[in-house]
Amino acid sequence: MVQVVGLEATLAAHPFAHDLDAGVLELIVGCCSNAVYKPGAYIFREAEAAQKFYLIRHGLVSLEIHVPQTAPIVVETLEEGEIFGWSWLVPPYRWSNDARAAEQVRLIEIDAACLRGKMEADRALGYEIYKRFVPIMGKRLATTRLRLVELAMEPAPPPPKHR
Amino acid sequence: MDALNAVTAADLIADPMLPRQFRIAQVTREVPGVFTWTLKSLDRRGFGFQPGQFNMVWLPGVGEIPLSISGDCREPYTLVHTIRAVGPVTNMMQQARPGTVVGVRGPFGRPWPIEAAVGCDVIFVTSTVGLAPLRPLIVEVLHRRDDFGKVVICYGSRGTEDILFEADLHEWRARFDTNVHVTVHAAHSGYRGRVGGVAAAINIARIDGAATQAFVCRSEALTRQAVATLGERGVTGDRVWVTLERSMKCGIGLCGHCQFGPSFMCKDGPIYRFDQIEALYSVREL
Repeated sequence: MVQVVGLEATLAAHPFAHDLDAGVLELIVGCCSNAVYKPGAYIFREAEAAQKFYLIRHGLVSLEIHVPQTAPIVVETLEEGEIFGWSWLVPPYRWSNDARAAEQVRLIEIDAACLRGKMEADRALGYEIYKRFVPIMGKRLATTRLRLVELAMEPAPPPPKHR
Repeated sequence: MDALNAVTAADLIADPMLPRQFRIAQVTREVPGVFTWTLKSLDRRGFGFQPGQFNMVWLPGVGEIPLSISGDCREPYTLVHTIRAVGPVTNMMQQARPGTVVGVRGPFGRPWPIEAAVGCDVIFVTSTVGLAPLRPLIVEVLHRRDDFGKVVICYGSRGTEDILFEADLHEWRARFDTNVHVTVHAAHSGYRGRVGGVAAAINIARIDGAATQAFVCRSEALTRQAVATLGERGVTGDRVWVTLERSMKCGIGLCGHCQFGPSFMCKDGPIYRFDQIEALYSVREL
């Protein structure tokens, strides 16, 4: 017999929700849905409205930058246990890059407008969300700076033209 | 080591300042700007070395430079050097053809401390041409596979087109007892592998941090980053071994060109335990 697991348990199992208070978890679950993307499918595209953010349950997600006259360049991949999409937190709420499924990807999608509304109404929830996002954003920024050093020390050859 | 025992005492260094003559038997173009020399000695004697050691290699009429050995230490009659063309000597070396005779002094330096890792999980962290000095150690660990726990190789490349020793990486990844994680800095859309820094590869490695010995070969600016990421995984500095580079000339600790704090890198290094040199890392004059 198939056992149905609710979204609350699925969300609680993700590292982003580690140690999250049950009441807060319940508030966030109200804005969540499951999603599956096939390999190559776009999850979002640059300049579109950032209406969600994402927790990766399974699979590899490519963050890509469109470069005119050539194929998009993958600048980072993220995988199980990580989150992506912070443009929903920062006006004007537009994506700054593309996100694409590099393989079959299972995500928890969180509706940004729904969560922003709850955060406005409940500042404790807002603080809890920021406490979880800001360290990740800080770490990603530090990692990006280190990659700048890596690339300065070991410059990448230009990627191949259109394939 | 059995392979070393196969080499007689006469094969080892008689006069460390006197080069032995080797003929380039084969030149392999690895990736753009990186090539491998397979050398055979003219005197047909073996050349014993341990993983992590280096030679001073002399291209007559051009110059002599330190080069780490990238071959299998169990094959003492084949000396292998993998070289990136970055300066006047290495650019001329890139033009040398099979048959050219070169001078070799060595082996010099402390090797990777393989015995320290017996019974432990082992993680190798490297990128681009840094895989060359680690290759003899990886090969030796795989020769002695039963002596170690998990074996994880984390390799970062600049792009998808310049992955050094790609055939080796495929072979190692195909083994059931070795995990290989490759990251690249950038890739074309549709690439199915990981894109990011080497730290991303360390983060996904399945290791028991408290029982892991790490061997790191990256440029110095990036070594500390790798050590910090290993620290987050529970691998402390007393179990991290790094290799450094300086301008080595004599190879035997006489000339002082490679002085690094209280040590001479050519004889006290180039392999160091990280916690023993950590303080020197922040000394900018070094």
